[in-house]
Amino acid sequence: MITLYPLKEFKHPIIAESINPEFFQGKSIQEIGSLKIWEGNKERKLRELFKIEEDKADNPTITIHGNIGKVRKIGKKMEKGEITIYGNVGMHLGEEMKGGKITVHGNADSWVGSMMKGGTIEIHGDAGDYLGAPYRGSNEGMHGGKIIVHGNVRSEAGAHMRKGIIKIYGNASQFAGFRMRGGTIYIQKDAEERVGACMSDGKIVICGFLKSVLPTFTIEGIKKKVKIEEDEKAVGPFYLFRGDLTEKGEGKLYVSKEKNPHLSYYEKFL
Amino acid sequence: MEILIKNGIVYDPINGINGEKMDIAVKNGKIVEKVNESTALHIDASEMIVMPGGVDIHSHIAGGKVNSGRLLRPEDHFKDYEPKTSITRSGVGYSIPSTFTTGYRYAKMGYTTVMEPAMPPLEAKHTHEEFNDIPIIDKAAYPLIGDWWFVLEYLREGKIEECARYVAWMIISTKGYAIKIVNPGGLETWGFGRNVASLDDQVPHFCITPREILRGLCKVNKLLNLPHTIHVHTNNLGIPGNYITALDTMKCIEDLADEGKPAIHITHCQFSAFKGDDWRTFRSGAEEIAHYVNAHTHLTMDMGQVIFTDTTTMTADGPFQFNLYQLTGNKWTNHDVETETCSGIVPFRYRRKSFVHAVQWSIGLELALLIKNPWKIFMTTDHPNGGPFTAYPKIIAWLMSTKAREATMKKINRKARNRSLLPSIDRELSFYEIAIVTRAGQAKALGLSNKGHLGIGADADIAIYNINPETSDPSKDYRTIRKAFEQATYTIKGGKIVVKNGEIVKQVKGVTMWLDIHTSEPVKISEDMKRRFKEYWTVEYENYPVTEHYLENSYPIKVKASV
Repeated sequence: MITLYPLKEFKHPIIAESINPEFFQGKSIQEIGSLKIWEGNKERKLRELFKIEEDKADNPTITIHGNIGKVRKIGKKMEKGEITIYGNVGMHLGEEMKGGKITVHGNADSWVGSMMKGGTIEIHGDAGDYLGAPYRGSNEGMHGGKIIVHGNVRSEAGAHMRKGIIKIYGNASQFAGFRMRGGTIYIQKDAEERVGACMSDGKIVICGFLKSVLPTFTIEGIKKKVKIEEDEKAVGPFYLFRGDLTEKGEGKLYVSKEKNPHLSYYEKFL
Repeated sequence: MEILIKNGIVYDPINGINGEKMDIAVKNGKIVEKVNESTALHIDASEMIVMPGGVDIHSHIAGGKVNSGRLLRPEDHFKDYEPKTSITRSGVGYSIPSTFTTGYRYAKMGYTTVMEPAMPPLEAKHTHEEFNDIPIIDKAAYPLIGDWWFVLEYLREGKIEECARYVAWMIISTKGYAIKIVNPGGLETWGFGRNVASLDDQVPHFCITPREILRGLCKVNKLLNLPHTIHVHTNNLGIPGNYITALDTMKCIEDLADEGKPAIHITHCQFSAFKGDDWRTFRSGAEEIAHYVNAHTHLTMDMGQVIFTDTTTMTADGPFQFNLYQLTGNKWTNHDVETETCSGIVPFRYRRKSFVHAVQWSIGLELALLIKNPWKIFMTTDHPNGGPFTAYPKIIAWLMSTKAREATMKKINRKARNRSLLPSIDRELSFYEIAIVTRAGQAKALGLSNKGHLGIGADADIAIYNINPETSDPSKDYRTIRKAFEQATYTIKGGKIVVKNGEIVKQVKGVTMWLDIHTSEPVKISEDMKRRFKEYWTVEYENYPVTEHYLENSYPIKVKASV
C-alpha cells in the first residue's frame, strides 16, 4: 500500500495520470518516485511533488492525504485496485476507468468518472459539473460502472450516459441526464430544471422537488415504486414522464408526487 | 547548401528510373547534375529507397470549413496532441490537425506538396492565412467555381470566352490553382432545399444543367490553358447507384479532350462508385468504372480510400452532408456561402463491421487495382472524409500486398466480404507504381513541372525511406513497408533536410502556388458586377480579392490564356 502526501499547496494544474494502482504495483518506492507527472507545462517526477510512504501490505491500494484540488486525471484508465483520497480532488478523477474503486472523503471537481466503463467511484462530499459526462464534443458518455455522490452535484450530471448508474444523495443542478441514452440516474433530493433534456433512453429518478418538467415530456402514469438497482427500490409514488420527444425519446423520468404538488395538473392528461 | 545523396535506390517514374542505384545531387534547392563532392553534405542512402517528395492532389487541410471542423470536434483533438519541441510547435490531431501539425505530419511521411481542394472564394483569405501557418509543405488551393452565379449565367448564355475571363479573374483574386466543381448545379439547387439527381436536371432560376456547367467549365479550362484539368466532385455523391452518374460525368466531356490528354479529374471516386438501389442492395460499381477508365485517356482520378477510424467528413456538397447527418444523427453544420457554394460537416466513424463501410473500403482498393494505368488513379483518402492522411502508409501496404488486404478482409463485415471483388484481384503494386500514385502521377496531373520527379532542374523535394527493395518483399513484409512509409528516414524540402529518422529537424516555410493568368484583355469589372457585389455579397468588391502581400511565400505561376 502506498500513501502520498502533497509536499506543497499546488498553484498550477497537475496532470497525474501516473497515480494509478496498476502503475504502482510491483515497483519500489524509488521507481514510483520517478514516475512522470506534469506540473503546468513542466514535466516532473512524482517524488518532487509528493511524499511517498510505503506500507508492508502488498495490495494495490493508494491513499492520498491532503488537499489536491489542482491534481487532475487521478486513476485514469485504471482497471483494478483502490484509491482513497482524504481531501478535495481535482478534475477528471477516474477518467475512462474500467474497474477498481476510488473513494473521496472530500469534494471532487468536474468530470468525475468521465467516459468510465466500469468500477466504482464514491464521493463523500460534493461533485462538480459533468459528472460521468464525456469530454466536450464527444457523445461517448458513461458506458458502465457506478458513481455515488453523497453531497450535491452541479450541472449536466450523466450527460450522454449509456449504461451504468449514478446515485446522487444530495441535489443536482440543471440538465441532469442531458442527451442520456441509457443507464440510471437517481437523485435523492431536489433537481433543477431541464432534467433529461434531449434524452433518448434510460431512467432518471427524482425523489425531491423539481420546479418543472420540460414541455417535450409526456406523462404516462403514476408508479408506486421504481427499481434503482438490483435489490434497491425507491418508494414513491412517482409521476412517470416519457421523453424527450424532440429526439423521439423513450427515456423515463420519475418525479416524486409527494414533493411536487405543483405537477398534479398533469394528472388530468392521464 | 549542397547535398549529395549517395547510392540510393531511386524511383523516379517521370524520368523512367525504376529502382536504379544512383546518386542525386542538390544545390540551391534544385536537383543538379553534380556538386562539389568534398564540400557537399553526404547522405548515405545505400539500401534505401529515394523518391521525389510526395504530392497530394486532394486533401482538405485549410480554410473556413476545416477550421469549423476543428471547432466542432474538440473530442477529436484531446487524445492526439503533440507537445512543442525546441524545433516544432505544439498542436493537435487527429482527423483535422491544427495547421502546424498538418505540415509536420505530412513532412514526416515524405510529402512536400499538398493541394487544398475546396476553397470557397469568399473564404479565400482565411484559407491563405492558414496556408501561411502550415510549415514545410508547398500548397495551393482550388477555388469552388462550379456554382458561382456569374459562371451559371454566362454559361447559360453560351458566353464561354466572357466566362473564361471571369474565371481567370476569380482564380487570380482568390490566388487559386484550379477550377473545382462540386456537385455541379446541386449546390445552387440546395439553396432552394433541393438537389439535382442527374446531369440533365435543371438548376432552379438559372435554366442550366450540370452537363452544361461541366462542359462549359471544361472549355473554359482549355481556353485558359490551366495546368490542371477541371477537378470534379460528381453529382449524387454518396448515393447508391451513383456510378452511373460518375460514368455520365466522364462521358459528357469525352469529345472535349485533346488526343491523349486528360480533360477531367474525378476526385475521391470511391464515393462515386456505388451500385445498387438502396443501402441494402448496396454493391461496388468499381468494375464498371475501371472498365471505362481503362478504355479512355481523357481522365484522371483519385481514390478517396476509406479507413476504418473515427473521422470528420467535410465537403462543399451541402445536400450530401445533410443526408449524412440524417443517416447518422451526429452533430452537423451546413453553410450557404452566398452566391458561390455551400458546405457541410458531419463527424463520422467508419466501422469494420458495418456492411456499407466495409464495401466502401473495398471499392477504393478495387478502383486502384482494377484501373491498370497508375498514371490515371492516385492515392488519397480525401482527407479527412475517408480518413486522415496519416493513414496513407496503410493504403500503400494494402496496394502492395494481397496479404495485407486479406488480413483486413478477415476483420470486416461478412456480407461485405462475400461481395467484395478484392479476393479475385491478385495485383500488387510495385515501388515504381507506388511512386506514381503517390507523387509522379499527381504532379503530372497537376501540371507541376518542377515537382514529382528528380530530373535536373526539379525542386529538391526528396523523400528517403528505409526499405531495401532488393531484400524485402513488400507482399510479405507489409508491416515493415507501412512503418517505413510512416516515418521517412529523410525528407528534403527545397534542398534542406527537414526530417531525419521520422523527426522534424528543421522548420522551413513552404510556398503558396497560384496561377497568374494573363488574358489578352483583362476582365472588365462592370458597374453591374459591382452592384451585385453590393446586393448579394457581404463583402464589398474592393475588399474581395486576396492581394499578393497576403501570401507570406507567394509563388505565382504564369499562365498565358488563349482569350
